[in-house]
Amino acid sequence: MLWGSVVLFTLVVGLFAATLFHPRFGRGLSQSGWIVWGGLVLPLPVLTALTFYAFSQGEFLLNGGSDKTEDVLEVRAVGSMWQWQFSYPSLPGSRTATDLLHIPAGRTIEIIAESEDVIHSFWVPRLGGKIDAVPGHANRLRIHADQPGRYGGVCSEYCGTGHAGMRFEVRAHTADDFEKAIIGELAR
Amino acid sequence: MTDPTSPGHDPIALHRALDRLWAGKPGWGRLAAVNHNVVGVRFMLTALVFFAIGGILAMLIRTQLASANSVFMDAETYGQVFTMHGTIMMFLFAIPFFEGMAIYLLPKLLGTRDLAFPRLGAYGYWCYLFGGMILIGALIGGVAPSGGWFMYTPLSSSVYSPGINSDVWLLGITFVEISALSAAVEIIVTIVKIRAAGMSLDRMPIFAWYMLVVATMMLVGFPPLILGSILLEVERAFDLPFFDPTRGGDPLLWQHLFWLFGHPEVYIIFLPAAGAISTILPVLSGTPLAGYRVIVAAIVSMAFLSFGLWVHHMYTGGIPHVALSFFSAASALVAVPTAVQIFAWLATMAHGRPRFSIPMLHIFGFFFVFVIGGLTGVMLAMVPFDWQAHDTHFVVAHLHYVLVGGFIFPMLAMAYYWLPHLTGKQPVQHLSNAAFWMIFIGFNVTFFFMHLTGLLGMPRRVFEYPTEFGWETLNFISSMGSFIMAMGFALVALDFILLFKFGRPFRRNPWKAGTLEWAMPTPPPSYNFASIPRVNKRADLLDPDTLGPYLASGRGYLGMPRNDRMEVLGVDPVTGEPDQVVMLPRQTYLPLWTAIATGAFFLMMLFKLYWATPLALISIIACFWLWTRRDPLPVENDLVPIGHGLSVPVHLHASTPPSYLAMVLTLVADATLYISLLFGCLFLWVSAPNWPPAGFVVDVKLLALAVGGVIMSCVGGRLAARPNGAVMVGSALALLGHLISTGLFLAIALLVLPAPSGHAAIASVFVIFIYAALHGTIGAVFAAHALWTSLGNRKAILSLDLRIGRLWHDYTAAAGICAAAFYLALQSLIGEGGL
Repeated sequence: MLWGSVVLFTLVVGLFAATLFHPRFGRGLSQSGWIVWGGLVLPLPVLTALTFYAFSQGEFLLNGGSDKTEDVLEVRAVGSMWQWQFSYPSLPGSRTATDLLHIPAGRTIEIIAESEDVIHSFWVPRLGGKIDAVPGHANRLRIHADQPGRYGGVCSEYCGTGHAGMRFEVRAHTADDFEKAIIGELAR
Repeated sequence: MTDPTSPGHDPIALHRALDRLWAGKPGWGRLAAVNHNVVGVRFMLTALVFFAIGGILAMLIRTQLASANSVFMDAETYGQVFTMHGTIMMFLFAIPFFEGMAIYLLPKLLGTRDLAFPRLGAYGYWCYLFGGMILIGALIGGVAPSGGWFMYTPLSSSVYSPGINSDVWLLGITFVEISALSAAVEIIVTIVKIRAAGMSLDRMPIFAWYMLVVATMMLVGFPPLILGSILLEVERAFDLPFFDPTRGGDPLLWQHLFWLFGHPEVYIIFLPAAGAISTILPVLSGTPLAGYRVIVAAIVSMAFLSFGLWVHHMYTGGIPHVALSFFSAASALVAVPTAVQIFAWLATMAHGRPRFSIPMLHIFGFFFVFVIGGLTGVMLAMVPFDWQAHDTHFVVAHLHYVLVGGFIFPMLAMAYYWLPHLTGKQPVQHLSNAAFWMIFIGFNVTFFFMHLTGLLGMPRRVFEYPTEFGWETLNFISSMGSFIMAMGFALVALDFILLFKFGRPFRRNPWKAGTLEWAMPTPPPSYNFASIPRVNKRADLLDPDTLGPYLASGRGYLGMPRNDRMEVLGVDPVTGEPDQVVMLPRQTYLPLWTAIATGAFFLMMLFKLYWATPLALISIIACFWLWTRRDPLPVENDLVPIGHGLSVPVHLHASTPPSYLAMVLTLVADATLYISLLFGCLFLWVSAPNWPPAGFVVDVKLLALAVGGVIMSCVGGRLAARPNGAVMVGSALALLGHLISTGLFLAIALLVLPAPSGHAAIASVFVIFIYAALHGTIGAVFAAHALWTSLGNRKAILSLDLRIGRLWHDYTAAAGICAAAFYLALQSLIGEGGL
């Protein structure tokens, strides 16, 4: 997408400069030729290809960027001014954590984003897209961490004076460590 | 009566005669000005003041973000600053500025003397000025809105923003939007009806086509925003829970209404700028515009597409993903008409001999910056990419590339191109080059690096960030660039001042243009053209150098004032053949008084003096009643000569006078608001939690009576408006019908319905019934006016008034029937929802 843009940008600005500085440039092509080639023939295939590629990529991301779609762990993420509470509805005995989300690495996580007050948005830039937490709605987003590690997360919808400080951390663990982490038995 | 057909008057005598009629008064009389030259320039100057204020706020933002953990501003101040920066630039600068430009230029390009409704233009200006002053007053007082320029609720609700801040935005912007809607009506009617003789649709200058499309988009684009603002203000003030999910409302309703306006808004801002380029670029290239018809098709398709894109601002809001695919494809598709225009411009240049000049330099700036903005726009239209970049500084960079590239650079090109027209002087040009390069380099340094900041994960609207995220260097570079850009704008201001002070006078037409605005003296006289031209080819291929003296000596149409009237030609919309003489109103203080009354209403709402609002409403209605008073001069019922052997009726007796069209357009905007309201309420039923509500019942007999009332007023209005109809009986019937329906709708809303704060469903029915009652009230005023006038026996004027009244009565009947039907539909839906 970046290189395509660079090429198109260079093309348009180059044509502009060429017509300006070379009085004879482009006379060979009729005016309607310019419009048909530049206005229709050029953008339509590019846009069509890009849109369909984005559709397929979007479907992939909707599944959390992974082909394994059956083994999904649900996490409830409740935003409030200005913190996140994370809990695991399907894991009895697990603890609710504030601004700290433990996930197992290599497994697809489905975030169910909700809000107790205003609109927030859950975003871990390195793990996937973002999803708004809208009061009255439960929006879903799949994320996936390939490797154990720590990932920073931010709120990406303006939610008042505490918005800038509404950060959280995602810790991806191995399966064993994850079991310990969610019941609070993993040493920090 | 002086015969206006006699050719070849002395230009000086003709100028004196016309100027005495059209020119404004000195001193306090300036407040009575309605002339488009004055109003257009006022719009533009006021917008530039707001641009400077918005620019200073931008500098504050960049100062804050230049370093990590900055202590320059706290979070609340920063919230007010970025909210007001966006609000001012969008609502108080961009839109009013191009409105002013269109108001100033359109009559000149169309070969006529003024816009169709000079008083409406003046009223719009005062509303804009007063509304803007409310916002700036709040900024100075430290109570400016602080929830972001798109005011997402619940953050902007009374629970999370208890102060006056959000009310300032909702009421101030709605006040300002009156000027956008009045400008839209005025521009459309002028382009459709008030042109030079023989200027058929396919001979109109391309700028008129652009503005016709833009004004139509404004007419249907602004009502959803106004509706959203009303509903949110009503929620804040009276606790009607349209956006509260615990009581059947939905915050997403606000987002849909806002972006249904907000996305077309981007094209509303871009298209006038594109229209300026399509006008200027061919002149600077010394050749006609390539692909005139293709461009018209492109901008019309762009207008349609732009109303199908709004959801791309809400990709992360939990929208079903089939819908995401649709809106993503539509968003990509809108790049096509843009590409068509860009290559039409390139084709024009390729087939002409482009001259390098200051406007051309800014057009280069436009190409460079706007193309980058368009390409990042296509990237953002792709859902997977948007999930990463949404609400980061990447989006901030993108929107500035689009708006500065697509609006500021073309406007600067336009300013350098048309300032000689406005001032009668040519620029000195010592600073122009340096100013351009400072803006251009400063802009790109600021915003190119901001793409990277965004891709590194910096969300927008954060007032501080920690050092360890690695955003500091990029932010510092952006801030430095923004200061260079600000200095560039200061240089432009200085350059303009130098032009006013030391510019060289010139003879006609310095750019060798082929459009009509150069076929007049510069600076333009108050009446533009001493006589109105006939156009027999496309109106950008004319010869102003010979046309100018010809028109100045009164050899066109209407070349001599008669009976102290300000006259322009009204033409057939398609062929451009004259079909009426439109008499325009003289200078008057009424627009100012009406705007003051309107402002009083908004201030009473702002300071919660609800008990006093009926006073303000009555004074607004009284002011508008006074607008209908006409010149006491007798109005001929027969044809009047306009010159060259042609005679046409006066507009009061024509089949489609401008005021009739204006009422049709007003009702289109009104209906857009109403349809948005009805669909918004149905959207709640589909989307919001806590539905269905507990049952509530309205006696169907009462509703049937109310519907009977609106039908009665519709029948009465039609009886009165028929040729030789029963004016008094019909108007009395209409009045009675309106009183019945208004009384019943009000009674049901206030007395029969359970408290509307209980559930969004009840609140919906409440607001819809109030809407019906409000229209009945205005209908009653129309009917009373007709009755009062017919008692005064002014039959000649009456038939037009009655036809306009009939339009309103018909619409009110439809609105009342829809209101009743909505209630019944909601009841059956609630029933099926398992009650």
